[in-house]
Amino acid sequence: MELVWQTVVNGWVTSFSYAVLAVGLALIFGVSRLANFAWGEFFMVGAYMVWLLYTVGGWPFPVALLGAMGVVAGIGLITEVSIFRRLRGNISATFMAATGLIYVLQVLVGQVWGVGRTKPVIPPLAGSLEIFGASVGWQRVVIIPAGIAMIGGLWLFLHRVKLGQALRATSQDAEAATLQGVNPNRMALLAMGIASAMAGAAGALLSPIYSVTPYMGTRIILMVFIIVVFGGVGSIEGAFLASIILGFTYAVITTLADSTIATIVSAVIMATVLAFRPQGLLGREKA
Amino acid sequence: MRKHNLSRPHAGLVVSIAFVCVVPFFLREYYVGVATELLIFIILALSFRVILTTGGWNLAHYVVMGAGAYFSAIMVKDFGWPFWAALPLAGLVAALVGLLLSYPLSRMREFAYLIGSFAMGEAIRLSWNRLDYPFGGPAGITDIPRPSPWSIPGLPTIDFSQAIPYYFLVMVVMLVCLFAMYRIDRSRLGDIFKSIYSQDILAENVGINVVANKRLAIVIGSFFAGICGVLFGHYHGSIDPAVFSLGPLIILLAWLAVGGIKTFTGPIIGTVFFVLLAEGLRPLAAWRPLVYGLVLIAVLLFIPGGLEGLPAMVSTWFKKLRRRIKRE
Repeated sequence: MELVWQTVVNGWVTSFSYAVLAVGLALIFGVSRLANFAWGEFFMVGAYMVWLLYTVGGWPFPVALLGAMGVVAGIGLITEVSIFRRLRGNISATFMAATGLIYVLQVLVGQVWGVGRTKPVIPPLAGSLEIFGASVGWQRVVIIPAGIAMIGGLWLFLHRVKLGQALRATSQDAEAATLQGVNPNRMALLAMGIASAMAGAAGALLSPIYSVTPYMGTRIILMVFIIVVFGGVGSIEGAFLASIILGFTYAVITTLADSTIATIVSAVIMATVLAFRPQGLLGREKA
Repeated sequence: MRKHNLSRPHAGLVVSIAFVCVVPFFLREYYVGVATELLIFIILALSFRVILTTGGWNLAHYVVMGAGAYFSAIMVKDFGWPFWAALPLAGLVAALVGLLLSYPLSRMREFAYLIGSFAMGEAIRLSWNRLDYPFGGPAGITDIPRPSPWSIPGLPTIDFSQAIPYYFLVMVVMLVCLFAMYRIDRSRLGDIFKSIYSQDILAENVGINVVANKRLAIVIGSFFAGICGVLFGHYHGSIDPAVFSLGPLIILLAWLAVGGIKTFTGPIIGTVFFVLLAEGLRPLAAWRPLVYGLVLIAVLLFIPGGLEGLPAMVSTWFKKLRRRIKRE
């Protein structure tokens, strides 16, 4: 029974860890048709910022979290303006540029702060949550309220705020939105800023429980991309739903077998679903 | 239909083959190894181009090459097959893997195609990582033997464990593969593939079975990738799942993006460029990926057709310049 509860809590933790990353990625793809393969490296930079500001610099954790969000959002905005905007419309070219960015960020971080040992980040939240005999460290649980706040905030922004509605309009039909006076470049920038800040926050919040290395992004990127495709490319609701389905699948299989098998099963589920429903769970007709 | 000057490309071809034949005798052993790898990579880049002519960035391609490498390593090492039997069969096994991948892939587009192919490739690669038998788990397979020596009466024995004989083995296989892929590229099938890339709806409407042809392109490309895998595995003597991971895959993408994919020579230019760059940057080994990434991004931004399009770009640029001077 304890194992069941343990798995349930782990399932939610895994789901929200992925959701924060996947929702942002889906938002960017919807608005600017950019498959940002360097997403794992954005996450990695967020984790490094926490190490730098919190562990080395001795700043309080919330400040380090905001710093990580700011720095990663900055990287997102700079790359959007200097690279991705110029390649807009050519999906394979933007994708390739993003793969180039993977190398650039990995090497820069590795050469500036050293490749060797993992960077220690002491969990700022001590103790653990006890439910029905199961025990999960607070540092792992904190991603759930943080994820609800960020994704909920994003949802409200997209549906209740005029600027957010413009963002959704661009995602649904960029041409029609442009005709209504929405500037697609500004929307792409806005989407990139919001999503990058979320990726930075995910890296920051998960840094105490992941080993912080320049290559930590490659571990997480596969699952995040599987989720975005499974949920329906460009669909934020789909990405969120897929995060929960695959997050739980992953947690259960990790408990029963191991994480490698869990990843393989997730990839097979995605491939099977796409073979019958190419647009994914909640995607529109043309993915 | 296709009138092109036959003598010029043939002269160029003869010169390049002669160059490739002579060059190992002037190189140190280390550089013969680099050259051997370059020839293997050229087959890989061109095999990827077969799929790319239909527009599919199949990110499982590197893993498909790994499937060929694993098949041949297991068959030769554990079952005592001769290398020469494993070589074509590994190609067929890779083609089979390609065929399986092509079913879901033929239904995916754009973003889904990129990620779907990457995820399926990773699923295969992780299963090598997970299964100790027969794939050797994370440590992979070591001590993969080179092909057994040839002793022809009256001639000195050809020992493939030495650098130059193996170089020539790879070269002969490469020439056969390149010839086959060139013929496919120039055939009606090659035209069909390219029509799918440029106008898939139009192609469908003139009676081309787009899905079947996309699948066929994946199967053909995978076959040659499997051959590459065999040459690669028996050259290095060991393979493990990390060899076929995301890092090297990015370099494969960079060869094609930087070289260009419109012509047959584009991928060759890209591969040669990156292998030379890698050797030039050897003192700065840790910074190498950064340079690769920056070169890739710079080419995408400033030379959109890749290096193969550079001469045309420069000549139009000059024409414009001349016109402007005339006007003034």
